[in-house]
Amino acid sequence: MSERGLLVLADGTVFGGSSVGADGVASGEVVFTTSMTGYQEVVTDPSYAGQIVTMTAPHIGNYGVAGVDDQSAGPACAGFVVRSMSRRDSSWRSEGSFGAWLRERGVVALSDVDTRRLTRHIRSHGAMPAAIGSGVGEAELVEVAASAPSMAGRDLASGVATREPYEVAAAGASVGHVVAVDLGIKRDILRRLSERGLDVTVVPPGTSAADIVAMRPDGVFVSNGPGDPEPLVGPTETVRGLVGEVPVFGICLGHQVLGLALGARTFKLPFGHHGGNHPVRRMSDGVVEITSQNHGFAVDLWSLAGGEPPQRVGVPGAELLPERVETAFGPVVPTHQNLNDGTLEGLRCVDVAAFSVQYHPEAAPGPNDADHLFDRFAGLIGGGG
Amino acid sequence: MPRRDDLESILVIGSGPIVIGQACEFDYSGTQAIRVLAEEGYRVVLVNSNPATIMTDPEFADATYVEPITPEVVEAVIAKERPDAVLPTLGGQTALNVTAELGRRGAFERLGVELIGASVEAIEAAENREKFARLMEEAGLGTPSGRYCRSVSEAVAAASEVGYPVMVRPSYILGGGGTGTAADREELEQIVAAGIEASPVGEVLVEESVVGWKEFELEVMRDRNDNGVIVCAIENLDPMGVHTGDSITVAPAMTLSDREYQEMRDEALRILRIIGVETGGSNVQFAVDPETGRRIVIEMNPRVSRSSALASKATGFPIAKIAARLAVGYTLDEVANDITGATPASFEPALDYVVVKVPRFDFAKFPNTPPVLGTMMRSVGEAMAIGRTFPEALQKALRSLETGRAGLNADAGEAALQAMSDEELTAAIGVPTPERIFHVGEALRRGMGVDAVARGSMIDPWFVDQMAEIVEERQALEATGPDGADLRRAKRLGFSDRQLAHLWDVDPTDVRTRRRDGGIETTFKTVDTCAAEFEAQTPYFYGTFEEEDEAPAPGNRTVIVLGSGPNRIGQGIEFDYSCVHAAMALADAGYEPVMVNCNPETVSTDYDTSARLYFEPLTDEDVLAVAAAERPVAVIVQLGGQTPLNLTRALDAAGHPIAGTPPDAIDIAEDRERFSALCRELGVPQPPHGTATSLGEAADVADRVGFPVLVRPSYVLGGRAMRVVYTADELDAYLKDLYGAAAGSEVDLNASPVLIDRFLEAAAEVDVDAVFDGHELLVGGIMEHVEEAGVHSGDSACVVPPHGISEEAQKRILGHTADLARGLGVRGLINIQFAVRGDEVFVLEANPRASRTVPFIAKATGVPLARIATRVMMGDTIDALRGDGLVPASRADGFVAVKEAVLPWNRFPAEEGLLGPEMRATGEVMGIAPDFGTAYAKALLGAGHRIPEGGTVFISLSDRDKEYGVDVARRYVDLGFRVLATGGTAEFLAARGIPAAHVDKVGEGPWDPVRLIEEGKIDMVVNTPRGRRARGDGSLIRRAARKAGIPCVTTVQGGGAVARALQAGREGVTTVQSLQARHP
Ligand SMILES: Nc1ncnc2c1ncn2[C@@H]1O[C@H](COP(=O)(O)OP(=O)(O)O)[C@@H](O)[C@H]1O
Ligand SMILES: Nc1ncnc2c1ncn2[C@@H]1O[C@H](COP(=O)(O)OP(=O)(O)O)[C@@H](O)[C@H]1O
Ligand SMILES: [Mg+2]
Ligand SMILES: [Mg+2]
Repeated sequence: MSERGLLVLADGTVFGGSSVGADGVASGEVVFTTSMTGYQEVVTDPSYAGQIVTMTAPHIGNYGVAGVDDQSAGPACAGFVVRSMSRRDSSWRSEGSFGAWLRERGVVALSDVDTRRLTRHIRSHGAMPAAIGSGVGEAELVEVAASAPSMAGRDLASGVATREPYEVAAAGASVGHVVAVDLGIKRDILRRLSERGLDVTVVPPGTSAADIVAMRPDGVFVSNGPGDPEPLVGPTETVRGLVGEVPVFGICLGHQVLGLALGARTFKLPFGHHGGNHPVRRMSDGVVEITSQNHGFAVDLWSLAGGEPPQRVGVPGAELLPERVETAFGPVVPTHQNLNDGTLEGLRCVDVAAFSVQYHPEAAPGPNDADHLFDRFAGLIGGGG
Repeated sequence: MPRRDDLESILVIGSGPIVIGQACEFDYSGTQAIRVLAEEGYRVVLVNSNPATIMTDPEFADATYVEPITPEVVEAVIAKERPDAVLPTLGGQTALNVTAELGRRGAFERLGVELIGASVEAIEAAENREKFARLMEEAGLGTPSGRYCRSVSEAVAAASEVGYPVMVRPSYILGGGGTGTAADREELEQIVAAGIEASPVGEVLVEESVVGWKEFELEVMRDRNDNGVIVCAIENLDPMGVHTGDSITVAPAMTLSDREYQEMRDEALRILRIIGVETGGSNVQFAVDPETGRRIVIEMNPRVSRSSALASKATGFPIAKIAARLAVGYTLDEVANDITGATPASFEPALDYVVVKVPRFDFAKFPNTPPVLGTMMRSVGEAMAIGRTFPEALQKALRSLETGRAGLNADAGEAALQAMSDEELTAAIGVPTPERIFHVGEALRRGMGVDAVARGSMIDPWFVDQMAEIVEERQALEATGPDGADLRRAKRLGFSDRQLAHLWDVDPTDVRTRRRDGGIETTFKTVDTCAAEFEAQTPYFYGTFEEEDEAPAPGNRTVIVLGSGPNRIGQGIEFDYSCVHAAMALADAGYEPVMVNCNPETVSTDYDTSARLYFEPLTDEDVLAVAAAERPVAVIVQLGGQTPLNLTRALDAAGHPIAGTPPDAIDIAEDRERFSALCRELGVPQPPHGTATSLGEAADVADRVGFPVLVRPSYVLGGRAMRVVYTADELDAYLKDLYGAAAGSEVDLNASPVLIDRFLEAAAEVDVDAVFDGHELLVGGIMEHVEEAGVHSGDSACVVPPHGISEEAQKRILGHTADLARGLGVRGLINIQFAVRGDEVFVLEANPRASRTVPFIAKATGVPLARIATRVMMGDTIDALRGDGLVPASRADGFVAVKEAVLPWNRFPAEEGLLGPEMRATGEVMGIAPDFGTAYAKALLGAGHRIPEGGTVFISLSDRDKEYGVDVARRYVDLGFRVLATGGTAEFLAARGIPAAHVDKVGEGPWDPVRLIEEGKIDMVVNTPRGRRARGDGSLIRRAARKAGIPCVTTVQGGGAVARALQAGREGVTTVQSLQARHP
């Protein structure tokens, strides 16, 4: 049996388990995801930087690992917690064991944890800093946890984004050129852009609007990424400089940055949205998409409306969002809404070509219901230029 | 799009009797749907012939028709009630079929009703396998390649195209009959020839066999706004080739990567759109090649199904309820998820636990059928278990089955496995049988290795390795002994105290004490649809061994109701009915009912039925853990059949109060000696009988009581292994066979002594259900069996009020019932079976519990026995309840109610189809009419029999039936039938003036009865088995009749009853009346 490991939260709550990853101590904000499949995509998703991820699905590692599932060059999260790590995997796609993969890549991970207790704790007390480790005493972990920074106010994107621009060629004939502002981009986003015939230039978060315009792109994509959008002053500035110049499409952190660029504020959700089953209503036709989500902050459109959100009663409805807000770039409308808590899931500028969604149309992991958004972006580029 | 206001009343079609492949899951779904529709303010009309269902309780629908689900009758109900719409997607295949037929007949247009939930076109597109395959192909979705063939040569050509092995399926055959896999041309020719013969349209499908591939099922919902969600993905542990209903299944899917799962999800949603399922739940089955990941679509069911019930229980997402809301106009996002109360139903449940379903089989009752599983479903029930991990859930599910096993291993049951040679074991893991899972466990214990076992069984290595963890733990536990054991780890792998006790050769209570001392106790977790992301409102729990316990603080009005576990022949939906009534009665009386059960098909395991639901195995350990958490003021053990009775002792010992009849009274009724003593004391006659613990003693007892005798091992329900024996030699042979001794060696009957009764020949049998409160006896009714004593009460048709029992005998029956109720100290229900000869009455058995007939009698008389009994158990008197208006007067309103049993012979073609003291029925139907004949005719139709209106009846009777047979034959002659008979019978009839032509012996001469049947010259058979062993011509004739699909009655009384049904005429059958109109 593997060595005993511990997870200690900043509030002093202790969870026991056995170490199934690398030795050592790690700290970060502990969150949970309810995705039932796609553990490898989760661990390699740069948006989880700085976080210890708990999988609520009990069995992890069942089908091994496959290189194509990586969302970045390697693990991105700070630590990993599961109920039961499979000691054997089985899949025709498998290239190896997930446990070994974690160990080789230095991810501190615990198994045999009462992850439901942990999830309930996070649900009622909010996502909080924590420390995870094996071969160390509880006291040490308590200390590490207590001094672990919170997510708010930290620029985590620079740490995970590319430092040098690089190109991803269109799969097949090219229909346009897109610059992607990397805040921690997932590979499946690049794959889906490329599949639409788009040549993509991925640029570091610090790239200025002028530099991007100089690349003469047909569109700009603002990527997902970890943590709090507010400290991302540079990227926000960049996006502000691009809206109205070229079609802009943002996903997740990219959506939040677009929101900030439009003048809205963002706020921290109690324990975020992480999972593959969030219902999102498309406000144009009422259709509900089941979406993949991974974020701890959200855009507050009311901050632009100059009003207060009404009190929620029962299942959330459209009344929880302002119908339309005025910005320096003209009117902006909410396009998507989360039906679990009523928060904003997508917005669109009415006069200029810019739109964004809070969730992950690229799935990976999660449902493909919103894949058509990439078509829409490609359409904007093809149609408008 | 909210509720449709253009509809006022809706007809819901039920699924009829419980048969293999279509069980009480449709009571669950129908009940949910009716509740919802009523809540939405619609007038609900229901047709369902199954009286044992909750949905047919008069308080659910506005008009309940317990009538046969045939096109004629359903049309009659529509004509009478004039509903605006018909909802056909909640009553299984039965409802879909009758709907499709009514659609073909243009009945819906004619009567101006709309179909909601599914259109006739969508039903057709999904049900017609050829059309379905074409649609899939057009959409670019993979299906097994194959072709429809009408001759052997066509099939041979198709097979070489597709490549061997191939799967052969006859068209339009119910339940997969005649299906088979052919590995080569020779096998193919055989199967195809038989298949073409079997198919009513002379057609078979020859398709690529994907035996051994992984099998998955997705439960999908769609609304009219084109929103779709996957409620649950289920993975079959048994690979393709074993019907999903017979497979061990696991939720969520375990071995699919996210990409594969999402592609499957996308395809499932597309399929719903292609088929045109506008609203509601559907089930889509996929096969995946484990080597390449290639995926094909196997089938889709455009309706709520068995797996939707499983998925609902597995996730907490109430599919049927939501399907009903969608059918009347709502969209998924307009319906709240009632578990969270705050989020909409347009989401996909996230599971933080593992669910395992294990089917339950009753092959022992069908000795000519090898217990090998295939593409035709044969399981009669299932148990589901929830654990935090697969090993835990698997072990819990295995002990939930009540087949004597305590888990995957480490119990008395493994001795037989350990006795197998390595070769035998290697062979056994390659053959899917009910025992295979244990073979796999044993093979791992012997160190055969995960890869070898996975290869041999075609079970995915992931599952095999998880089982290997269990096996390794068992070995560790054995090595350490109780002192060094890591108890927590063992419990987290699902080991029961019984397993640990077995390994360490101690008492389970010792293990419990040790655990308690170590602080290792059951913790309860909530099933909340969302993996704890939101707060749950609906208390639905399962036990596991974790750090946090979510069970609520105990109240002071809590009453635990113990359910009846997995369905099996002899203990099915009827017991669930009583448990559900108890929950309702308790809630009405201000108690908090808490349900414990492990059967996912039932209404009792709906989280809405009780204040709290614990989805747990019904074993001492699991139930005591619930009781410890809930601290009930009473535990109800009377309503779930034999299962809770077996838990009484442990509950009593732990100090939990048993409601009503005290544990000792239960013991008296179950203990032969004590019961006989009581009968003697009360002066209640029993057939002469005795108990034997050796062969010699058995012979003596038989001599003393006199042949023929009825023999059975003690402690069985459903008459398992019960036999009528006519001679001493036969007795000897039977016992040796039963106790598994080689001829000559001494047989030890001590473990389960054998009970020997004088078999009462030519006696009528009656069932009585009554409630006793210590003073007053409330008799539900006297049910007279149509078949005579010797045919199990569960297999016999019965009728209320009785018409062939003398006044004097009835008086005695009531007197004996009162005496026994008082003598036993019953507080609550009692069921007694009597044999009656003239005025003489013998008690066959008394059960101080609910019986199979409680729901039937309640529907026949309008008296809710189970509810009254529940209140009586809690201390109320019948008189007081009457004062509160809870005991309606049973009215003799001139109506006759007949219950008919439904037998699973079509799934067991190798069996003879004879009725006997061993129960084999899976379900029942009820017919109500002003006269016996019409009521019986309705029951026959409801049971799926075709009754000929004329033609030739073939009669062949044993000597003892001949006298009675004269009257029966005369009735057929009067009805215009031509009578053919075997030699002796014909002679006997002719001598009494009945024109009967005689046939030859089978295989001899031109009047060979089997040939005549095959040629379609005979329309009905009345054949009673001759003498001791029914072999020879009789059995060939009965089999031929079954194959030809003509009615075959095996008792002379049954033959007479059918004649009376025919006399009553056809019109009567479509004269329908609702229960509410009868008992306003
Ligand atoms: N082509 C095939 N090759 C091997 N097994 C098959 C094939 N098609 C079906 N089966 C098996 O037969 C079972 C029953 O088939 P299915 O089409 O689902 O019919 P049913 O309507 O009885 O559920 C499936 O669960 C599967 O295990
Ligand atoms: N002494 C008897 N003579 C004739 N038939 C009997 C006798 N005892 C039992 N039977 C028949 O066997 C059936 C099953 O016996 P019963 O004692 O009721 O067992 P179970 O517990 O299986 O219901 C009865 O319904 C009855 O038809
Ligand atoms: Mg099927
Ligand atoms: Mg009986």
